[in-house]
Amino acid sequence: MKPAPPAPSSLVARLRGLLGWEATIILLVFVALLAGALLSPDFLTASNLSFLTANFSEVALMALSMTLLVIVAEIDLSVASILGLCSSLLGVLWAAHVPMPLAIALTFVAGGLAGLLNGLLVTRLGLPSLAVTIGTLALYRGLAYALLGDRAIADFPAAYTNLGFGMVPGTQIPIPIALFLVLAILTTVLLHATAFGRGLYAIGANEVAARFAGLRVERVKLTLFVLSGLMAALAGVVYTFRFSSARADNATGFELGVIAAVLLGGVSIFGGRGSVVGAVAAVFLIGIINGALTIVDVSNEVLTIVTGLLLIGSVLVPNLLGRLRVARERRQPRGDAVS
Amino acid sequence: MTQLAEASAPAPGLLARLLARREVSLVLILLVVLLGTAAINPRFLGAGSVRDLLLNVTIIALVVVGQTIVLLMKHVDLSVSSTVGLTAFLSGALFIAHPGLPIPLALLFGVVLGAALGAVNGLLVAYGRVPALVATLGTLYVFRGITYAVVHGGQINAANLPPAFLSFATGSVLGVPNLVLLVLVVMILFGIYLGSYRGGREYYAVGSNAEAATLAGINVTRRTLTGFVISGAIAGLAGVLYLARYGTVDASAGTGLELQVIAAAVVGGVSINGGVGTLFGAGIGALLLGVMGSALVTLRAPSFYQQAIQGALLLLAISIDIVVSRRTARRLGQRRTP
Repeated sequence: MKPAPPAPSSLVARLRGLLGWEATIILLVFVALLAGALLSPDFLTASNLSFLTANFSEVALMALSMTLLVIVAEIDLSVASILGLCSSLLGVLWAAHVPMPLAIALTFVAGGLAGLLNGLLVTRLGLPSLAVTIGTLALYRGLAYALLGDRAIADFPAAYTNLGFGMVPGTQIPIPIALFLVLAILTTVLLHATAFGRGLYAIGANEVAARFAGLRVERVKLTLFVLSGLMAALAGVVYTFRFSSARADNATGFELGVIAAVLLGGVSIFGGRGSVVGAVAAVFLIGIINGALTIVDVSNEVLTIVTGLLLIGSVLVPNLLGRLRVARERRQPRGDAVS
Repeated sequence: MTQLAEASAPAPGLLARLLARREVSLVLILLVVLLGTAAINPRFLGAGSVRDLLLNVTIIALVVVGQTIVLLMKHVDLSVSSTVGLTAFLSGALFIAHPGLPIPLALLFGVVLGAALGAVNGLLVAYGRVPALVATLGTLYVFRGITYAVVHGGQINAANLPPAFLSFATGSVLGVPNLVLLVLVVMILFGIYLGSYRGGREYYAVGSNAEAATLAGINVTRRTLTGFVISGAIAGLAGVLYLARYGTVDASAGTGLELQVIAAAVVGGVSINGGVGTLFGAGIGALLLGVMGSALVTLRAPSFYQQAIQGALLLLAISIDIVVSRRTARRLGQRRTP
């Protein structure tokens, strides 16, 4: 290791290390906003931005709990299926004249139980979460179809659907996004300012060491899977009210979008590294690029390609820059580096 | 790892050794499902329905070959579904442009195109040091986006395809459909390669312990690249067979296939932690999932329940596997300590 540089520059370096990727993503969000504004005068209007952000409410909500899971080096591919299952359940309960508050409560119970099953299979049997949640991805989606078949339930009361596509009174902020922002702040505090949150990084960085340090790894992971199920249930309720439609195939394939956002946000797939800020910024980046390209009639396919390239670039570019720096240092050896 | 342990442990009885092998228990489960369903509905084992079953399994079983090689190295290839979609459409477009194209040339086209797409993954993972999950999730989007851009709302129908190609798809040799034969040949060739050749064994070494493999003189980077190229090439071949099997291909062809393929490999005993598994097991895994699917249809399970049942079966299979393998490991441990 090199000798420690003087304190001020070390602080700057540490800040850069801490904020590097997140800062880049946030910068890209502004670039995307600017590009959108240049592409169309209608882009930077409150109503367009509001419509555009509402469009990624569900992905944003699920990205919060996915961030925590990926930090402990686990993954949940079943979130979109839990969303579909919860949406179907909400529809079926409402159609069976269950009062709406009770129906919503039962929907959350179902989401929590779905997450609990994932968590038990991972923590009790020691199965890899990738394999488990591929299985429950099929299982939960199948249960959604078993509940609702190919029917759609649409006649939800206006008081509730207004929650889905309404605005916070006096603003242009969609209610689901306001809800998301509150939860994002709570998640940030949980992850970055509590012992529980620091424990997640410890588990992700080295599970064995974390266990020896007295962390109850299994219980923490179980909690996170249940949380993931609950967030998917919330996303299911939001989705159902926003589109005023409960269908078994709601949000099919969303899991990849959620994971793409979390990874693009700088959360390491190997665990132990990442932040809520990065994940949230990445959700906004993908959503804004999506909106900007849609407004100028650039087709969906380009957006798909851009999402993929962003995802690959988010890991590839820092890797290549790092190698370049190493190579340059090797070519111009500093006096103290020769031993 | 497993192979080493088996070789060094004192030989237990033949029956015990057979039962310890994952593939044997899978074949037993397969037989139970086959015979049980046939007992309830004898038409399940009729020539026509067996033929349909095999054809339905072929695409998955083929893609599983490449996926297994990647999984052995402790990587994963999520982009196979997009590769299948892109090659299926482009080979269809090629047939429309050149109706007289010989079929082997079309298959070669699929293999080469797939290999090129696989090389993108391989370069990202091996040289760019991008984790395979991230790289192939990215290319899953990119390849699918390219497909949408190329297809542009159109689709290819059986009516556009030359009759020779369609009759190749429906043809058979001695009652075995051509497509099934082709997939069997690929499986057997790669099975021999993985089991008995130095190059093949290196995939196990890389996945078991990459550092040890490097010390043993294996070029891990190049091996990784080759593995992804093979996975892409096989997915490309599967794309052409997809076109042959279904005739109709649009931009969404093959969507979601990657999860079925990984499920089949995992049921077949290929560990996603690398280094463990055989192509024979993976093939049986694909067959088992296919048989269960069509058994549910035959037994008139409501179609809406089928996906749920398949998901539950997958969970059951991997749960049993981990419990059994843990018990085996404990027993081996006891035997070693006197």
